Amino acid sequence: MLSRTILRSINQSRSLYSIRCYSTGSNIRFTKEHEWIRLDQDVGTVGITDHAQKELGDIVYVDLPKVGATFKKSSAVATVESTKAASDIYSPVSGIIVDVNKDLESAPELINEGPLDKGWIFKLKLTDKSEFDTLLSKADYDKIAENH
Amino acid sequence: MMLSKSNSVNKLFLKYLQTKANNKCCFTSTNTDSLKKTSLNQLHKDLGGKMVEFCGWEMPVMYKTGVLKEHLHCRTNSSLFDVSHMAQLKIHGKDRIKFFESLVVADLEALPKGSSKLSVFTNDKGGIIDDTMITNQGDCLYVVVNAGCAEKDIAHIQSKLKQFKEKSGASDVHMEILGEQSLIAIQGPKTEEILQKLLGKSSSVDLGKMEFMTQLPMNISGIPCIVTRCGYTGEDGFEISVHSNQAQKLAEILLSCTTPKEQGILPAGLGARDSLRLEAGLCLYGHDLNEDITPIEGTLAWLIGKRRREQGGFPGANIILPQIKDGVSKKRVGVLIQGPPAREGTQIIDPITKQPIGNVTSGTLSPMTKDSISMAYVPTSLSKVGTPLTLLIRDKEVQGTVTKMPFVATNYKKI
Repeated sequence: MLSRTILRSINQSRSLYSIRCYSTGSNIRFTKEHEWIRLDQDVGTVGITDHAQKELGDIVYVDLPKVGATFKKSSAVATVESTKAASDIYSPVSGIIVDVNKDLESAPELINEGPLDKGWIFKLKLTDKSEFDTLLSKADYDKIAENH
Repeated sequence: MMLSKSNSVNKLFLKYLQTKANNKCCFTSTNTDSLKKTSLNQLHKDLGGKMVEFCGWEMPVMYKTGVLKEHLHCRTNSSLFDVSHMAQLKIHGKDRIKFFESLVVADLEALPKGSSKLSVFTNDKGGIIDDTMITNQGDCLYVVVNAGCAEKDIAHIQSKLKQFKEKSGASDVHMEILGEQSLIAIQGPKTEEILQKLLGKSSSVDLGKMEFMTQLPMNISGIPCIVTRCGYTGEDGFEISVHSNQAQKLAEILLSCTTPKEQGILPAGLGARDSLRLEAGLCLYGHDLNEDITPIEGTLAWLIGKRRREQGGFPGANIILPQIKDGVSKKRVGVLIQGPPAREGTQIIDPITKQPIGNVTSGTLSPMTKDSISMAYVPTSLSKVGTPLTLLIRDKEVQGTVTKMPFVATNYKKI
């Protein structure tokens, strides 16, 4: 019993650490269109930034891409609808969709609650990893968001 | 994702709210100094309201908690909306009924003192110039018109007034614009209880006996008000006309009168007002109604009483009245979609020929049911409840169904 509790707390602290790492680490990049992408080997997880979700307000609907679909960099992959309007989500890089966040279908508000973690939108396998390196660093993106 | 300046995001949303027929007055200016401000302007800002331009006015589109929470609070508790941007008018004189019946479709002769009625101003083509709320105050008619149409309505009334006097020789009628009055709506199931408490034990007003669509003068915490039991949310509620120099004080009293505060009246903005009225199946002028849509096409035939159907006498009666008998080629319907919200302008297409056959005039995702709900105009042959429709949303065909409105049951006061 005791060991289980300890294990759990270790697991929790590890996952907390990893979230923090993902949010600020060098494996996350941004676009000026307010998407983020987190690279893990050759799979990128994509979502919208905290700044974007704040600007959009309550997200009420998410149109997800199909697993297996391929997209070129900067093409419209998904749509998020807030109470205000619909906004397209562009793929930060070229790739093939390997997973989508099905939870968003019933709980689109996850994007508001955790834009950088539980509100992720899709995962894609990169066809050209060098595209990732051309994206914005957190510091550069923050400057763009600030000037909004 | 394209996110331009925060103002433009709001503009996108507000484009959706804005009155097509009034492009001139809406969203042309970004300089807030030139915008008209209601007497609650500073209060909205103090409450964290996100201010936007709406029909020449600087108004809150939402507050800190956001549109969804504001919407749900109104459905479960009580919400305050500043609707002072709407124009309040009075029509005086002994010929006022005859005159105003020559402008609107309502049977005003039959409107009892202290009662209110929804009506529409029509043009000679039978189209709708604006929708309006008219109350018989005994010695005058009290009229509320939409902010986006106010200028046009007032000019219309003035020009008709001139014609009326010339033509009929009846001269005892004139219009007064209540420029010093503000209008505050409080809406939601807890509103009656909260307002009754504020009226105090000594008040002779028993809200439990006040019918929907009636008006009474009231003294709310020492502030004289004219209170109409009506609204634009589908909920029970009141619209309070108050002198502008007392409006902020009244709003502050209303917003601070319950503990815990979460169960009392909270402010709500234009965003929630729009999704609430849509769930309730209520039309937004400039979107669901305009100068090219007749009351019959807008499924508002119920606004025309028996006597007016027999006698006519309102602009466009020669077009509107035959439509009651012979029918119309297109009609306003409710559309339910299991899928993305169908925004204004979404095309409805023929499932086989793919030709456009109608279009959505307002749409959103219902905060209550989570369904995609819309109002649309479709050919009458496709207007029956249950008829399947094909909509084109972002180049994708989406299936919808003609549905009875309201989308969410209304909760008007019944005695």
